[in-house]
Amino acid sequence: MTQAVAIIGTGQTECGKRDDVSYPELIHEAVRRAFEASGLEAEDIEAVVSGSMPPAMEGVANPHLYWVDAMGAANKPLIRTATCGSTGMSLAHTCFYHVASGLFDLVMVIGAEKMYEGDPQGTMATVADPFFQRPFLAGAPGIFSLQSNEWAHRYGLEEKRVRMAAAQLSVRNHNDALLNPYAHIKVKTTVEDVLASRVIAYPVRMLDVCPGSDGACALIMASEKMVKKLGIKTPAWVRGIGYCGEEAFFGEGDKVVWQSAINAAKGAYKQAGISNPRKELDVAEVYNPFTFQEMLFYECFGFCDFGKACELVEQEVVMKGGDLPCDPSGGTLCTNPIGATGLQRTAEIVLQVTKKAGERQIPGAKTGLAHAMGGLDQFNGVMIISNTLQ
Amino acid sequence: MSGQSRILEGYVSLPYRWAMGETTTRFFDEFKNKKIMGTRCGKCNRVLIPARSFCSHCFDNVDEWVEVGQEGVIKTWVAVNFSYEGQPKEPPYILGIIELDGADVGLPHFIGGVPMDDFDELAKKVRIGEKVRAVWKESREGNILDIDYFEPVD
Repeated sequence: MTQAVAIIGTGQTECGKRDDVSYPELIHEAVRRAFEASGLEAEDIEAVVSGSMPPAMEGVANPHLYWVDAMGAANKPLIRTATCGSTGMSLAHTCFYHVASGLFDLVMVIGAEKMYEGDPQGTMATVADPFFQRPFLAGAPGIFSLQSNEWAHRYGLEEKRVRMAAAQLSVRNHNDALLNPYAHIKVKTTVEDVLASRVIAYPVRMLDVCPGSDGACALIMASEKMVKKLGIKTPAWVRGIGYCGEEAFFGEGDKVVWQSAINAAKGAYKQAGISNPRKELDVAEVYNPFTFQEMLFYECFGFCDFGKACELVEQEVVMKGGDLPCDPSGGTLCTNPIGATGLQRTAEIVLQVTKKAGERQIPGAKTGLAHAMGGLDQFNGVMIISNTLQ
Repeated sequence: MSGQSRILEGYVSLPYRWAMGETTTRFFDEFKNKKIMGTRCGKCNRVLIPARSFCSHCFDNVDEWVEVGQEGVIKTWVAVNFSYEGQPKEPPYILGIIELDGADVGLPHFIGGVPMDDFDELAKKVRIGEKVRAVWKESREGNILDIDYFEPVD
């Protein structure tokens, strides 16, 4: 790495059904807030990184062109990064590369989605090739429920136990979302509600599944010398990143001992000098569009041994007050404007380690993990963020 | 300002013509004779299905054709119970990944031939690791849906 990189501003929109604004207006809202949070203006930014889901999601091809004015990106280098669900984390990494390379000192990154404007599951089905896989990948719920079922079977986990742990995670996420001003689904729910909710993709139920949201998120990244020049008081330093992809054919990889997730975390831990994530991380924003999948990630990220994720829920390790509280934002489970989601995970960790998370602040959080997953089910990206450079 | 935001409704519908290449063309032509063919990589020895012209791991060209079994085991499955644009079937229906005998890559397809009225009952009949066999359509056109579904083998 040529130079160290800090995140010095975050801007998030309220999420939900945002028929009150056009797509560029939604983005402008997030960008303006990132400027307000950092004390910067559009003219200060040297380059812009942006991304979203496949353009069929909103019916506007090459949306970064449509977004230019809203991002203050005219007359600047502009790049689009898109990897489906992991787009937000790919965006954060792309922005990081710009600054870490030494080519730029101040770069803005924006992710956004307006999922109420098209057909999200229909769009996702077109991500699969037209010959072999398209009929058999029923949007996100189909793909990730296949994975959840295989995970529970691999370790002989009793179905009742897995469902209960998943329901507890659903309740935790829904409770935490009530404290997040940007969250979409704000409903108090109980374990009984989750267990009784409608089957979406058996065994996964409505309250185990994320919504599709309208929303945008922007971050500003700066080099160490720019942090000093601007006199930024509370930079959040990027301490490590890891990203990994898998084969195109869905039946080829092992989605339980999931190499892309394992490798992404390992790479980020190595750069950050983390050997025991359970002890060394204070908070994690695990990408959790599905309750079951959040548990699978605990194992791939080394928070526990393989097959033991239910115990982390049962022993409340991943709850507030536990050893490693996860998803204090309410997670992807309660808010999912997909192109922005990985950036929201990153923004939440930035807010947590800089003590700006308001009512949902995890006391004493210094180092955290942000994550996103995507492709069809074949990309994982991780970022470790800390309030200190060393 | 009026405080109102109107919705413009529209539709984007585009025609495509997707070239299969020779390997995929032969793979689907074999379906007409109820044969499932893979290709074996000379380097890693994996039998890949659908048949490929290059190996995803070794990157070498692959051209040794091998017939794989009509039977295999369920690697995993899900019962789809929601609707979306472009869906291939009316829900509820079952998707699975099938590990066919003699193949080293799982094949995503439908699982059928089981009653769909109660998911918990269904879960007793459709089980990971259980045997299934291909059920072919009477009239076959040389595409992935020539296999109607995979049914549990008693």
